[in-house]
Amino acid sequence: MGMTMTQKILAAHAGLEKVEAGQLISAKLDIVLGNDITTPVAVNEFKKAGFDSVFDKNRIAIVLDHFVPNKDIKAAEQSKQCREFACEHCVSHFYDVGKMGIEHALLPEQGVVTAGDCIIGADSHTCTYGALGAFSTGVGSTDMAAGMATGTAWFKVPSALKFELSGSLPKNCSGKDVILTIIGMIGVDGALYKSMEFSGEGVSSLSMDDRLCICNMAIEAGAKNGIFPVDGVTRAYLKGRTEREPVEYSADSDAVYEKVIKINLSDIVPTVACPHLPENTKPASELSDIKIDQVVIGSCTNGRMEDMEAAYKILSGKKVADGVRCIIIPATMAVYRECVERGYVTAFIDAGAVVSTPTCGPCLGGYMGILAEGERCVATTNRNFVGRMGHVKSEVYLASPQTAASSALTGFITAPKEA
Amino acid sequence: MNTKGKVFKYPDNVDTDVIIPARYLNTSDAQELSKHCMEDIDTEFVKKVNKGDIMVAGWNFGCGSSREHAPLVIKTCGTGCVIAKSFARIFYRNAINIGLPILECPEAADGISAGDEVEVDFDTGVITDLTSNTTYQARPFPEFIQNIIRAGGLLKSLKK
Repeated sequence: MGMTMTQKILAAHAGLEKVEAGQLISAKLDIVLGNDITTPVAVNEFKKAGFDSVFDKNRIAIVLDHFVPNKDIKAAEQSKQCREFACEHCVSHFYDVGKMGIEHALLPEQGVVTAGDCIIGADSHTCTYGALGAFSTGVGSTDMAAGMATGTAWFKVPSALKFELSGSLPKNCSGKDVILTIIGMIGVDGALYKSMEFSGEGVSSLSMDDRLCICNMAIEAGAKNGIFPVDGVTRAYLKGRTEREPVEYSADSDAVYEKVIKINLSDIVPTVACPHLPENTKPASELSDIKIDQVVIGSCTNGRMEDMEAAYKILSGKKVADGVRCIIIPATMAVYRECVERGYVTAFIDAGAVVSTPTCGPCLGGYMGILAEGERCVATTNRNFVGRMGHVKSEVYLASPQTAASSALTGFITAPKEA
Repeated sequence: MNTKGKVFKYPDNVDTDVIIPARYLNTSDAQELSKHCMEDIDTEFVKKVNKGDIMVAGWNFGCGSSREHAPLVIKTCGTGCVIAKSFARIFYRNAINIGLPILECPEAADGISAGDEVEVDFDTGVITDLTSNTTYQARPFPEFIQNIIRAGGLLKSLKK
């Protein structure tokens, strides 16, 4: 009985030849991550437990991204606490304002994470790095504290769902439409405690930004992790970028999966998740009577260069509809700079949108685009729970950058044109 | 170890954004945060909860964000235990790590009504609905996890 790709990475990090689903293991960690919301809780736990040093200053990443530039005094105090801890322990991957980006866009971009890694992060979207062929999963602050102190974490080895991809995406679709379609299919707990392993000849047609977006939302199906095989696209992305050598793992041919789900990428249509769960999906074309007040394009899910490019292609030379606030947030400083260089920022401003420096901000209802009672937003973010972006009676519709930008122009949910 | 109290009942897919909305996460002070526990779906919870009371919910309790603040505020409010049909995995892990007792028991989640007086024995996993005079058997934790709980949480178990 063979192992899945996830199981192979876990076995290697636990120093075991073989692991199987359900087994409890202790695994070595390559990177331990936290942000400005979760790190303060971890630092308190770390100190309370009496630890005085981190296991490896080069293996810890602390990214200030949720409420920065700080939204208020309390947020500033939390950032300060992260800053002081990072300084005290000489944390080499500490990202403050000016250097920061949204953590799950930033760490792959900066080469901090790579193929074959075993990563935990005190942020649920840490599952993003599976796109690089790593095992990566979200945990809480206490796990982060323990990880920083010991360099290890306990895991229950997950079973897996296999998604066999074929075909290639239509021009008006992206990775977001794929993952929304899958969550609509299996539900918000359809992969609870499990790995989502992507495979098949369709993988090669997906860009790295598509893969990062797909793995990012694995948690929205309850998954422990999402993971893509390492191929030419991965190698090209990692080359010259990562500080540590990538290690390639692949699933055994006789690996055991709980279920194999076949998806033809050519059949994907622009998809929207309606309030108040990511599984409430519908084709965007069926929602054209839904009037909107705001559009947000950004987040750890869709704030990368391809997302900005998709928005630019639709918004350039056009005008955002009257009555719609269009907020565009490049996810990292590098993406932000590239948007400036390519003239995207000018085009966005001319279209009537605003462009912010990187922040998680509105995605979690923090700031920079909070909704009032009864307002509706089409967002490229990842959650549409009650009150997620503001008032408990506001609504968030999750969509791709193409759908969000198209909707900004009309003021109604609008499927992007088939090119 | 056991708890006894009144039941607050919640549906499937209670997410961490409603357990503790992110707009309050500019502090990590558990006492301060606990004033807002569940407020987006139940404004009465904080006013009515007493020490030892029990939350009973459906599938996938605690889905969404990894914020440990979620189990922390439930515990800080005085909640003695959460019983659900299933838990989202990060919430499950966080609850164990911070010492909030949780039990998976679909039968109890279906059978117990809001306002019932319920007693839970964590050692045996036996849940007794004193109002309806019914008992349920919850799935026990694996021994590995029981050891973390016995030690008083993950960090204390590491220090041993």
